[in-house]
Amino acid sequence: MTKHVFGDTAVLLGRSLRHITRSVDTVITTTITPIAMMLLFVYVFGGAIKSGSVSYVNYLLPGILLITVASGIAYTAFRLFLDMKSGIFERFQSMPIARSSVPWAHVLTSLVANLISLVVVVLVALLMGFRSGAGVAAWLAVAGILILFTLALTWLAVIPGLSAKTADGAGAFSYPLIFLPFVSSAFVPTDTMPGPVRAFAEHQPVTSIVNAIRDLFTQQPVGTDIWTALTWCLGLLIAAYALAMATYRRKIA
Amino acid sequence: MPTRPQAPAIQVQGLEKSYGKLRVLRGVEFGVARGSIFALLGSNGAGKTTVVRILSTLLKADAGTAGVNGFDVATQAADVRESISLTGQFAAVDEILSGRENLVLVARLRHLKGPGKIADDLLERFSLADAGARKVSTYSGGMRRRLDIAMSLIGNPPVIFLDEPTTGLDPQARLEVWQAVRELAGQGTTVLLTTQYLDEAEHLADRIAILHEGRIIVNGTLTELKQLLPPAKVEYVEKQPTLEDVFLALVGADSKDRNVGTNA
Repeated sequence: MTKHVFGDTAVLLGRSLRHITRSVDTVITTTITPIAMMLLFVYVFGGAIKSGSVSYVNYLLPGILLITVASGIAYTAFRLFLDMKSGIFERFQSMPIARSSVPWAHVLTSLVANLISLVVVVLVALLMGFRSGAGVAAWLAVAGILILFTLALTWLAVIPGLSAKTADGAGAFSYPLIFLPFVSSAFVPTDTMPGPVRAFAEHQPVTSIVNAIRDLFTQQPVGTDIWTALTWCLGLLIAAYALAMATYRRKIA
Repeated sequence: MPTRPQAPAIQVQGLEKSYGKLRVLRGVEFGVARGSIFALLGSNGAGKTTVVRILSTLLKADAGTAGVNGFDVATQAADVRESISLTGQFAAVDEILSGRENLVLVARLRHLKGPGKIADDLLERFSLADAGARKVSTYSGGMRRRLDIAMSLIGNPPVIFLDEPTTGLDPQARLEVWQAVRELAGQGTTVLLTTQYLDEAEHLADRIAILHEGRIIVNGTLTELKQLLPPAKVEYVEKQPTLEDVFLALVGADSKDRNVGTNA
């Protein structure tokens, strides 16, 4: 059985990537929300926000990238939900394939789709004046953090995808994830927030991830933020993976 | 793939399954001979789909044993999956892919050589060659079901489960599915069919079992089942003209050829 894990995953990945290339609108709608927020914050609110020595678009982009991923993974849950609903999931499960290849194909598809969306958002940011002197190593580090973050949220998305009763329910879990960056250092520095809010903002995962990416973009020393960020991403990834696989095993008898 | 010709294609003993307090199966027993068509009849909610899901390794039974192609569904699930194909109640096809891509997908997942050729042959055989390149979302219900069954034939599994294969189909599409099922059995494939249409079982099945309140209450050939009732009596009943007769008499003979098949 397991000898086919990679082959079967590749075949199923090819299938769901076709879904993406044939519904380009899902990539567009994934990027519209973060791009609209970026326009709103840079050209409307940005003038009134003190972001220190960096330009506001440079300040804002890391948080926008996380919002892009959070809105993108809703589609992973949705696609998985459709597979469950249509019966094709059961067809795959009754076939002699490596069973873990079904969720893995969806997760890898999510990674590809989100990376495309992230590139689109970065290109728009460049048009809006985003500049970074970061070298190849720093960009690779940013990509690495974003990939880890995407994988963690995608495995999280697998859970509602497998267990939701309606399509709306499958996608709804991502709303709080999109909201989380607002109570973090993504849009404004945390030091103007009142005590309890500030305490939450400074200790939730988004702040450390945003700070780490921002430091990499602005060529500042990343300090402890990057380790906090990596710990959050890896911890979330492991927990989400374990929960998703447990849900999956329950679904397949 | 190892096969064990001495064993029956399907052997079920003392199968039990409950969903919470609801006891769906309460000791189901039956066997299916190789190369035969076996119909499992029952009303909605009788547990037909539960039996099929257990046999196709999608669900674990609470008690009892089930063997498919000589392999135990609980302990040799991988061997069972090598031996079977499942066509569920809803045509399990990928709407966004074309018909041909669906077939190629299954052929590749079954690790077969020449998936393109397999797909083209099946498209031809199921009269889908012209529609092969089109997205499945544009297919009619009958075409979808034909594609679904074609996908189940890939790799020639010795046992095929068809769970209510004609539910929701128009009479023409139903006949096409029946034809496909007969061809399968003709080639030696064992078919387990669930249905709530009595005439479907009557037309297709070598043996018929009725699942009622969690048990198989009868199991036999059509002739055997008919003998369970008192022999047919001859009665004389005055034949009243139907509205159809009246209609045809009034409208004339022109319409005569149109009433074929209206009783479906």
